[in-house]
Amino acid sequence: MSKTKLLQGNEACAEGALYAGCNFFGGYPITPSTEVAEYLSRELPKVGGAFIQMEDEIAAMGSVIGASLAGAKALTATSGPGFSLKQENLGYAMITEIPCVVIDVMRGGPSTGVPTGPSQSDIMQCKWGTHGDHPVICLTPGYVQEIFDETVRAFNLSEKYRTPVIVAYDEIIGHMRERVEIPDQGVIPVVNRTKPPQGLAKYLPYDDTKGDVPPMANFFEGYRYHVTGLNHAPDGFPINAHPRIHTDEERLIRKVDGNRADICKNELYKTEDAEIGIFAYGASARAAKDAIDAARAEGIKVGLFRPLTMWPFPEEAVCAFAKQVKTIIVPELSLGQIILEVERVSKAQCGIEGIFRVDGDPITPAQILAKIKEVK
Amino acid sequence: MAFDYSPYLRGGKLPHIWCPGCTYGIVFKSLLRSLDGLKQNKDDLALVSGIGCASRLPGYVDANTLHTAHGRALTFATGIKMARPEKRVIAMSGDGDATAIGGNHFIHACRRNIDITVLVFNNYIYGMTGGQHSPTTPVGHKASTMTYGNVDPNFDIAKLAIGAGASFVARGTAYHVPALDKILTEAIEHKGLSVVEVINACPTTHGRRNKFKNATDQLLWMKDSFLPKAAFEKLPADKTEGKLPLGVLYKDGNATEYCETYFAMTAGVRAQNEGRA
Repeated sequence: MSKTKLLQGNEACAEGALYAGCNFFGGYPITPSTEVAEYLSRELPKVGGAFIQMEDEIAAMGSVIGASLAGAKALTATSGPGFSLKQENLGYAMITEIPCVVIDVMRGGPSTGVPTGPSQSDIMQCKWGTHGDHPVICLTPGYVQEIFDETVRAFNLSEKYRTPVIVAYDEIIGHMRERVEIPDQGVIPVVNRTKPPQGLAKYLPYDDTKGDVPPMANFFEGYRYHVTGLNHAPDGFPINAHPRIHTDEERLIRKVDGNRADICKNELYKTEDAEIGIFAYGASARAAKDAIDAARAEGIKVGLFRPLTMWPFPEEAVCAFAKQVKTIIVPELSLGQIILEVERVSKAQCGIEGIFRVDGDPITPAQILAKIKEVK
Repeated sequence: MAFDYSPYLRGGKLPHIWCPGCTYGIVFKSLLRSLDGLKQNKDDLALVSGIGCASRLPGYVDANTLHTAHGRALTFATGIKMARPEKRVIAMSGDGDATAIGGNHFIHACRRNIDITVLVFNNYIYGMTGGQHSPTTPVGHKASTMTYGNVDPNFDIAKLAIGAGASFVARGTAYHVPALDKILTEAIEHKGLSVVEVINACPTTHGRRNKFKNATDQLLWMKDSFLPKAAFEKLPADKTEGKLPLGVLYKDGNATEYCETYFAMTAGVRAQNEGRA
């Protein structure tokens, strides 16, 4: 029997992690994500998992990567300044292709910013936070139920593609309580990393000759291999100034961007006949839905494009949306970040209008409705 | 018969990257002899390092080896150990890696007393980047970022580890090799966080800037400057200047180990829940 619970977004995240088989959490306290850690510190011992509160955010991220390499399904959760601190090790997980999930509950910034206020201003950091070219999967749930669902999906994608997955949601949904259905085990498929066959004469951890995602052996299971954050050859050992560096970095990006059909997920709300479009996610998308309903009551044809996967960016779908509507409105809790990506992929087929807010309050349906009327 | 290192080496990965005169190879061999003496199963061994010359060591060893980010070896090692507490985890760092950029992780790993062995290769300098001063560069010594002589006060790595709560702390040198074999063996066997500060020489970026004409001069300096703990303790106070003790400096065999404590707690939680059910 599935369970129905009244959960806070951060608690739903922890439940999603447990559903997906998470058995390691390494974290550090930070508002507004701390409830994920608190919940798992209580629940992981019950299922034989491990929780550790590390000395800082950097250490938390390192512990998660180490645990995953040793076979665990590992999670960390953070916000704002903590997400900044995790960036170096996040890049390490990307280049070494070690699965893990990072929750970023977005609060105001830069720096300490507004710890208790909502924000959507980490969305470009999710893509570009660590140095170098790198693949990014980032999921952006907008409801408490979706935080559960998308956390499960984050683990699955992470295991399938051997890469860290970020789940980014704003403080509003993180702290909101809503009804959550937790299905029985097995209802939502749980994906585990593909391991190499037993008994290979030589295991090459980064052998890409059979596909862009090489099978991953865990430490201590018999294949003794080397892992380094230096660019490396198929055997895991460093290479310098070698053509493979270029092709391997292309592969890392291709394994994510080339699988958009599998990774991308959007909700289209009343877009069939829309003449005005809204591109929004998280709490801003919820306000947009109210504004759309109000506008439609007045006969204005508006529809919403809501990405549940922000990275890789749904380029083709947004481009098609831009072709359909005369203007896309982009409400976001930042001074204009994701609007740049919408603008880029829209290729000047429609007008682009932003609604930006960073004073610690959400964008209201009234604000969006006013903008709809302005552009109609 | 000469000791056969080959079972512990990865084929085709030598020669190592270390400069002529560097003492890291001496410590490397000592570590392999210690592992052999303990009959360490290679499948059950993880070697974890940060960034720097010492951190290249794991790559040469036929084990589960992880070369992480600068200063962060112990964070990854902690995750590995928590995920597979029954496995052997050895971390290695340089003086800068362990006590500057990784200083926070170092003291907290000591505090937790998690069952990891930490080798700190103290060569008094940032070697890989060309000789910048580290937290252990002696005051007055020249470094590429201390042209006029180092003014930065030092860490005593062993004292730092003891103060932070490690249950086994020892000091060895690349000169006193049979003693180092014994120290490393005892450190690896110890249940809890064991730190071994291993005194090393970097002739290329430290020695030649600081009046050590030859690489061997630095080994002779080790010979003169470090003496067994018992002998050191017998020295009159006015003779200890410039000298440091060698060997096991601190050992608490009864200190509670982190994973044991944590998983005993979680087993208790599950037993209690089953009792209720």
